[in-house]
Amino acid sequence: MEALARSLVSAVPAIAGVPLWTVTLLMMVLSAAVLLAFALTFGGLGSYVLRKVAGDIQVRIGPNRVGPYGLLQFLADGAKLLLKEDIIPAKADRFLFILAPYLVFVGSFAAFVVLPFGVGLTASDLNIGVYYVMAVTSLVVVGILMAGWASNNKWALLGGMRAAAQIVSYEIPVGMAIMPAVLIAGSLSLQDIVRSQGGLLGIFGWNLFHNPFTFFSFFLYFTAAQAETNQTPFDIPEAESELVSGYNVEYSGIRYAFFFLAEFGDMFVVAALATACFLGGWHVPFFRAEALPALWGNLLSLAVFLIKAFALVLVMMWVRWTLPRLRVDQLMRMSWKYLVPLTFVNLLGVSLWLLIFKGKGIPALIASLIG
Amino acid sequence: MEPILFVIFGAIAVGGAIMVVTRRHPMASALYLILTLFAVAALFVLRQAHFLAAIQVIVYAGAVVVLFIFVIMLINVPVHKLPVERVTGLRFLGVLAAGLLILESAVLTRRFAMPRASAVDAGSVQAVGKALFTDYLLAFEITSVLLLAAVIGAIALAKKKI
Repeated sequence: MEALARSLVSAVPAIAGVPLWTVTLLMMVLSAAVLLAFALTFGGLGSYVLRKVAGDIQVRIGPNRVGPYGLLQFLADGAKLLLKEDIIPAKADRFLFILAPYLVFVGSFAAFVVLPFGVGLTASDLNIGVYYVMAVTSLVVVGILMAGWASNNKWALLGGMRAAAQIVSYEIPVGMAIMPAVLIAGSLSLQDIVRSQGGLLGIFGWNLFHNPFTFFSFFLYFTAAQAETNQTPFDIPEAESELVSGYNVEYSGIRYAFFFLAEFGDMFVVAALATACFLGGWHVPFFRAEALPALWGNLLSLAVFLIKAFALVLVMMWVRWTLPRLRVDQLMRMSWKYLVPLTFVNLLGVSLWLLIFKGKGIPALIASLIG
Repeated sequence: MEPILFVIFGAIAVGGAIMVVTRRHPMASALYLILTLFAVAALFVLRQAHFLAAIQVIVYAGAVVVLFIFVIMLINVPVHKLPVERVTGLRFLGVLAAGLLILESAVLTRRFAMPRASAVDAGSVQAVGKALFTDYLLAFEITSVLLLAAVIGAIALAKKKI
């Protein structure tokens, strides 16, 4: 960010007198505002798409009253949530009750900072990108536990505890399943991981097709990550039939909206990480977006990245409305007895592959045989 | 800029740590512990040790303290049943020992100059990985055996039939 600010100051003579840190700060605030606008829009439109997909899968129409095709439904819902009475239960721990939804939202939104939206479109390309996402996601757990405990309600407490157990268990397979991409790129930075998947091989340059183990780890990551975001079939923290609505049962109005937005934010982060680590990120197959002029290259790569990520979000919604919910013990068994050992074996396999074939994937090996 | 941030996050870390030991409700202590851990992670970031900061947050704030909170929620002692700690001679001794420790460290830091950070990237992924797999390899491997023993011990204690 600072290097960018420096180049901006030197390029535009009008702001030459402004101190560097002011420019840097302004740019940080601006990029945060843009990302926030994106996250809010995604939450709103995402809820509309989620309900439409649910409608299609359950053979009904879904929202169709507000605006053409019900497209403005999310604005109506947003207005309703804003205007609703904000209820804080009398026996709740007031401070923690108020704090919890913001922590959950911050944890989910902070992950947007490192997502590689395009060739040069990253708010901050941290050199520990992948770990940073995992670290800020832990704020979500703390927030959910806080919400469940502060509500002073059995269902909320049970929901909070289930959520914590689930997220802590699934954090391990998520971290391990994403490691192959880190190993191949030799870097934790998400932009480096995306860059490592470019080249002349087109979609065969993607980590997904690098070797059999990475192909498998994409599916492991996607499954474990869907569980980490507490979505059906892994949504026991808010299982409606048992816990009413889980840790957020006492929340209403704008505070409820924050939980809701965080859930959609998590969904996008998972899809974006899967895209960046396994599906080539912003790379356009057989075309170098980096070679275009900065503006067009960025726009094209942004569009490609968003298409890939949104496709994965749609898959998540599809899974969500197709599979029944797992039981608590099944969920824990799935993580500890199947996903964790499988991701470890997978990681070992990828490491051996990289050692034996000197970092080359199957497509690159075939290409070197032919050419 | 850096010294100011250091003072701010250092104050948060120390203040949080004091709150951890003085709060009556274990839940409040656990949440202050998270605040302290985040402040320490921020101190790591100030020293350019981003990797250590992320690990600190993932392992401690994200897993260890979450397990503490989990147990606190599971036991869920009502506020009026929480034990009240009385002021005893032991507490007085504790204050005395803490004072002595502070005095001692002040003397020591005056005698031996504070070690300057040897390298800028001492906390980066590469540096930590290199150190773990060369200089500290034996300690690293032995720690993993120790952890394995602890895991097996926990399972043996918790399960009646294996």
